[in-house]
Amino acid sequence: MTAPPHDCLARNDWICGAYLSTRRHILLDAVVQHLRLTALSVLIGLVVAVPLAVLARRWRWAAGPVLAVTTVLYTIPSLAMFSLLLPLYGLSATLVVAGLVLYSLTLLVRNILAGLRAVPEETRQAARGLGYGPVRLLLTVELPLALPAAMAGLRIATVSAVSLVTVGAIVGFGGLGNLIYAGMNTYFKAQVLTASVLCVLIAVAADVLLLGVQWLITPWTRAGRARAPTGRGRPRTRLLGAGAGRG
Amino acid sequence: MSTLTASWHWLTDPAHWSGDDGIRSRLLQHLVLTVVCLAASCVIALPLALVLGHLGKGGALAVNISNAGRAVPTFAVLVLLLLTPVGRWGEGPTVVALVLFAVPPLLTNAYVGMREVDRGIVQAARGMGMTGRQMLLHVELPLALPLVMTGVRIAAVQLVATATIAALAGGGGLGRIITAGFNLASTPQVVAGAVLVAVFALIVEAVFAIAERLAPRWARGPG
Repeated sequence: MTAPPHDCLARNDWICGAYLSTRRHILLDAVVQHLRLTALSVLIGLVVAVPLAVLARRWRWAAGPVLAVTTVLYTIPSLAMFSLLLPLYGLSATLVVAGLVLYSLTLLVRNILAGLRAVPEETRQAARGLGYGPVRLLLTVELPLALPAAMAGLRIATVSAVSLVTVGAIVGFGGLGNLIYAGMNTYFKAQVLTASVLCVLIAVAADVLLLGVQWLITPWTRAGRARAPTGRGRPRTRLLGAGAGRG
Repeated sequence: MSTLTASWHWLTDPAHWSGDDGIRSRLLQHLVLTVVCLAASCVIALPLALVLGHLGKGGALAVNISNAGRAVPTFAVLVLLLLTPVGRWGEGPTVVALVLFAVPPLLTNAYVGMREVDRGIVQAARGMGMTGRQMLLHVELPLALPLVMTGVRIAAVQLVATATIAALAGGGGLGRIITAGFNLASTPQVVAGAVLVAVFALIVEAVFAIAERLAPRWARGPG
């Protein structure tokens, strides 16, 4: 037996400062790719989800099919989703983004719809009484009031997307997942642990950031916190936020 | 469209169904993996959630565990476990990672279900002289059952879907058909594997929906 080497890379330690300093650029590139994939997919998901939810709210018959389709999309496993989209997009970052958009749709549509449904009828009637047209009612009354529920959905969708990006490693566009995948094949402990921890940190940071955004854009919820919330959509929203979502 | 026909041919080729790498044995592995992990997660999560819900304590804990669970990538947990001593016993890392993944939805839904039971009913039960244990088992649990079962259904479907990731780390199950297809650059095989997993997940969802339909009136959800 020889004495263990001084270099933590040679010893294959879980925690290794030398890894951090020598692979700084690789880590940074992976983080950037991870952030870009997550942000793109959540933003596209949001752009598609808002009109879908508004349509499902306006026309009752549309709600069933919209919710059913997004739910079915959600039962498709991430690995399978990426592979089902493979013939369409090939081995590309677009493939990963497309898969993640489809996942975020379920969470976003449901939560935005629940938020819109929770807007009290009296509030809408009051706005109509003030002479608000349907578009102005939607943009200045209904959507702002749906914000807390929508933000809850957005937070879950973002956190889920951060962790699902890692599976994109199968097609080579997994951000930090690429490092985890490569580290698994080479038994490189420091790389796997560092990339995993970074993933969790990104998820937590994104969640806190969105919470801060929500705090800034919904000042009225802070003033009225003492009053108990009313409206039928409220418990449903909380449930979705708490546990019924699939991550 | 040619990919779809090629996948259909791959799926219907009897040669792909038999043998150790065949669809039949992969299906069986997937099923066993899902059932074992679901049973283990239920044994861990449900008693804890029911007791916490009955006592009305630890709600923040139950919800936060669920949210934290979403932030941790299953793939990362799987690979981390694979590199620890746990990695030496076969499917060990997969089972541990999947159980960790299935516990949060079970815990949260069962806890919320217990807390949403009408307080008036619970007080009536207490007034009738029921002990805490009797209230838990004969009043709160039956009323909370629809939500508890929702948690179990979500966990089961998630497990079927996530068990696929085990294949990335060399585990068994239907995911192997997908990863093998990737390595062979055979798109039809990849698509066929993906369809198999998706159908499996939908079947599990349907089984739970049918079970709910057949369940006695009190065990069904509202509406």
